[in-house]
Amino acid sequence: MASALINVPKRARRGDVIEIRALTSHVMEPGYRRTASGEMIPRDIITSFSCRYNGREIFRADLFPAISANPYLSFFTTATESGTFAFEWIGDNGFSQVASAAITVE
Amino acid sequence: MRTVVAIIAALLLATAQAGEIAQDQRRSGYSFMRSDTKAMQDDDTSNPGMLWVMDGEALWSQRIGAPDKACADCHGDARASMKGVAARYPAFDKALGRPVDLEQRINLCRAEHQQAPPLDYESHDLLALTAFVSHQSRGMPIAPANDEQLAPFLARGRELFMQRQGQLNLACANCHDDNWDKHLAGSAITQAQPTGYPMYRLEWQTLGSLQRRLRGCMTGVRAQAFSYGSPELVDLELYLMSRATGMPIETPAVRP
Amino acid sequence: MLNSAIRNLVGEAPLRTGKVKLDIPPLVENGNTVPMTVSVTSPMTADDYVKSIHVFNEKNPQPNIGNFHLGPTAGRAQVATRIRLADSQKVVAIAQMSDGSFWSASADVVVTLAACTEEL
Repeated sequence: MASALINVPKRARRGDVIEIRALTSHVMEPGYRRTASGEMIPRDIITSFSCRYNGREIFRADLFPAISANPYLSFFTTATESGTFAFEWIGDNGFSQVASAAITVE
Repeated sequence: MRTVVAIIAALLLATAQAGEIAQDQRRSGYSFMRSDTKAMQDDDTSNPGMLWVMDGEALWSQRIGAPDKACADCHGDARASMKGVAARYPAFDKALGRPVDLEQRINLCRAEHQQAPPLDYESHDLLALTAFVSHQSRGMPIAPANDEQLAPFLARGRELFMQRQGQLNLACANCHDDNWDKHLAGSAITQAQPTGYPMYRLEWQTLGSLQRRLRGCMTGVRAQAFSYGSPELVDLELYLMSRATGMPIETPAVRP
Repeated sequence: MLNSAIRNLVGEAPLRTGKVKLDIPPLVENGNTVPMTVSVTSPMTADDYVKSIHVFNEKNPQPNIGNFHLGPTAGRAQVATRIRLADSQKVVAIAQMSDGSFWSASADVVVTLAACTEEL
């Protein structure tokens, strides 16, 4: 099951401001829809996304039902050192998913 | 009286044969979208459809069924073996004596070579495999086989496209041949060219097949939609692909 | 609901307009997936940066859309995502700065329903 599509530049110069993009598959069921027979479909969303750069949190998002299915996020950070970006998605019903990407900073 | 009838008959005939959009006027649904929706399709890391393509790639190598075989075991690297395939589907199947679409071909392969049960239309795995296979034809022009065995099915597909149906009594042609580039409520009416299937539709918030889209339109004109996998839908797919000859495949497309 | 949600964030502090740019199409392609970008003018230094960006809406069942927590290492205070809007309404983005001040921008968005709904 494809967890995520991550876009992080493979290389950057120290001090460059780089864009990070993350797209993951998730239905993001808002909890306001009903089935054909009238039953409420319970909420099932990703509630939190975080990105750590060599262990240090550089970005965090609290997500609500108004975020579309297959949530997409784009944000920026300053490239300071080579290493790893670790991404984590946490949500309802114990949802937990991780991904990572490496960067070389010259 | 007879002259009036003759004139009306001539007009009706003329409309029926007005038919396909000229090659140089064919436009993909992409061209009717706003720039930010186009941007969603253009970048593979922001195109949600690519999530299914990636899943399809994993499924391609998964060994299943009694013979413990993967698609890859017969077909090798899909990048080479599947190149151009989606561009010429639906294709004629000798055993069945009729055309089948890509979804049906995948299920036939599963049954014959993997002894695996068929996957339902719109199931995650079938969408992923179809998306992965079709994606290998991205950029290539749609080129249905010039197979005379397909002729009666193509004719049936054209008939279905032209026939009025449902409570609203509309034929596909009424909107998509005669009124494309106008609007239906807030939405642009496109030419209905199937260049990017399976596609990520914003309205569905998921990937879906051409058959799902066709059924949606039929429900929209308040007709009883043909069932998934029905010969009518495959004939219609065949006609639509033929009508789109020369247009490049975009799978996975993003549409409103 | 929108106002109390904003009040919950801002408290008694003044809410200034400016510095925040909310990029969202005035007429959406489809209310289920609306691309949105919020950017905030800020030097993004250790002493002067954007702490967080909060986005609210007026007519969805819930006023919150997302909260985005940045910091001085962000380099650029800009976040993009895709949101759902149930109806034509106002969207408000509020930035909280490192000095505790709040800045906002809002946009009016027209959302039309799809021409046909399908049977599932």
